[in-house]
Amino acid sequence: MFLNLPYVTVVLLTCLGIAAILFKRNLLKILLGINILESAVNLLIIAIGYREGGVAPIYTLAPSTNMVLPTPQALVLTSIVIGVATSALLLSFSIIIYRKYGTVNVNLIRELRE
Amino acid sequence: MISDFIWANSPILLVAIPLIGAFICPLIGKVSTDVRRAWVMGIVTLTTAIAAIVVYRVYTEGIVTYVFGAAASGMTVPMDSGGIPIRIIFTIDPMGALMEIITAVVGFSVIFYSLSADARRSGLEQYYTLFLLLIASVMGMVSTGDLFNFFVFIEISSMACAGLIAYRIERGRAVEAAIKYFIISTVAAIFLLFAIAILYGEYNALNIAMIASRMQFTPLDKVALVLIVVALLAKCGAVPMHFWTPDSYGLAPSAVTAMLVVASQASLYGLFRFVFTMYNLTFTAGMMGWTLIIIGVLSMVIGVTMAIPQKDVKRLMAFHAVSQTGYMLLGVGVGLAVLGNASLMDQFGRMAMEGGIFHIINHAMYKGLLFLTAGAIIYRVGTRDLNKLGGLGHQMKWTMVFFIIGALAIAGVPPLNGFASKLMIYESVYLFNPLLSIIAMVVSILTLASFVKVFHSIFMGPQRPEFSEVKEAPRPMLIAMGILAFVVILFGLIPVQVVSTLISPAAHALIDRAGYIAAVLGGV
Repeated sequence: MFLNLPYVTVVLLTCLGIAAILFKRNLLKILLGINILESAVNLLIIAIGYREGGVAPIYTLAPSTNMVLPTPQALVLTSIVIGVATSALLLSFSIIIYRKYGTVNVNLIRELRE
Repeated sequence: MISDFIWANSPILLVAIPLIGAFICPLIGKVSTDVRRAWVMGIVTLTTAIAAIVVYRVYTEGIVTYVFGAAASGMTVPMDSGGIPIRIIFTIDPMGALMEIITAVVGFSVIFYSLSADARRSGLEQYYTLFLLLIASVMGMVSTGDLFNFFVFIEISSMACAGLIAYRIERGRAVEAAIKYFIISTVAAIFLLFAIAILYGEYNALNIAMIASRMQFTPLDKVALVLIVVALLAKCGAVPMHFWTPDSYGLAPSAVTAMLVVASQASLYGLFRFVFTMYNLTFTAGMMGWTLIIIGVLSMVIGVTMAIPQKDVKRLMAFHAVSQTGYMLLGVGVGLAVLGNASLMDQFGRMAMEGGIFHIINHAMYKGLLFLTAGAIIYRVGTRDLNKLGGLGHQMKWTMVFFIIGALAIAGVPPLNGFASKLMIYESVYLFNPLLSIIAMVVSILTLASFVKVFHSIFMGPQRPEFSEVKEAPRPMLIAMGILAFVVILFGLIPVQVVSTLISPAAHALIDRAGYIAAVLGGV
């Protein structure tokens, strides 16, 4: 049970993120939902890559040769960088929307619906 | 010497050249406007030339692999890795090569068009940076043989697309369209990453060929398949997730819209690649095929019925783009549904797939052409409302000719390319299920009706006094439209040769999963 805790957290975070994206009316809260969803995926990849007692794959003065594969960490690093770029772009869009429309409520941002 | 280098490294140069060109563009732009134009044009010409080399290599040598950081570019599996392709690999088969042709031709013409159409705007350094970045990411998406790499390229393309859609703020409306598109594509990309994490956890590999060879069709694989399919259908604008298409296609600059069509089709390519190469003949193939068919038919019908009442010319064309995506899903879906049955496959399955794939390239050409003509009209007249336009046939004769070519091609009138691919879809789908084929024909008729209305309200009628100053579009814009119109007519006149040289190998590459795996893992 204890070892499954990360996966349980992933499920909870995913539900939380999707709920925020679907049900929140504030644009910024939707963006936070996207960020939570991203963290859920990152946690999943890290949890998959975790090995009990494994050490970092650096051969100089390694205490043991029981090493973890570095690929998941590399994936998560890339994914975090992409997430930062995504958040920055989404936030800058929200700033422009707030300036032009004077609101961040998605029910009121509906110039394009016909 | 240098030609050998380019020959051997052509797959990576295809991504590297537009990528480097994109980030040097703002610096070059400081020198002068003309230098920046020459730089952008030079980069896109070079990319097109490299794409030609890669495509030539694929059609002469078979599947081309390129391994990053290896001593030799063909060394996919290192000696001491125990048979696991640990490096990042580009795998380009005829299907990927076909998508590269589309990206190169459309990319070249829209950049040429945009240099004239967008010349009066500000912030062009960033604009062309994003544009070249979009070309680089689409080239990457269709070349890569690595799941995580695909995710990275799809995110780059989403960011570039969103930036380009929002480029003209239009009192916030363009930004609204962009944020809608970007939220959809970010969530889709996160779902895709979820699927990648599941597959990685199961098979300890990110290489598509490696996962395909180890695929065991566990319930977890099905979860991953659903996540992948949902994510990529949302990205390509199929019906339940189509609502971003009219907004973003409608409000982006026209040259960008033509490129957005290609970017959505690269997602469609990703969908076909994963479904056919990674999953292929599972016990879910029939169900998966029917899912694609149903979504395709819904896209066709809903897209065209939503298009008819539209008054904004680009929004109308965007709904037609949703409808045309349905044809591709229908054709390839029928192929997928009968994949397990060899006799049905020979009878019509292969032809349906060829029709669907042929429609991808045809759609990119004629839809790009239509969006460019709409852009030329907006450029000269300044309005996009069909009720305010009229009588432009007197002044914009060439634009009218190109519009007629595009409109007849999308409606599937012979001898243009839309007819060739739609006929293949009708014939083969009729053998599978007559009802689907009849729906496809009805949608085609509605498309024709809708474009007759558009043509009439833009070009026909007496010359209007408020448009008496309107001139023909500038020559570079006409040349760009001419390139696409030439391809539309050429593919319509020699469809048999095009199908046998380009389309059949692409369809075969999707079906032939063992060939793809063997090209990477060396005959496993």
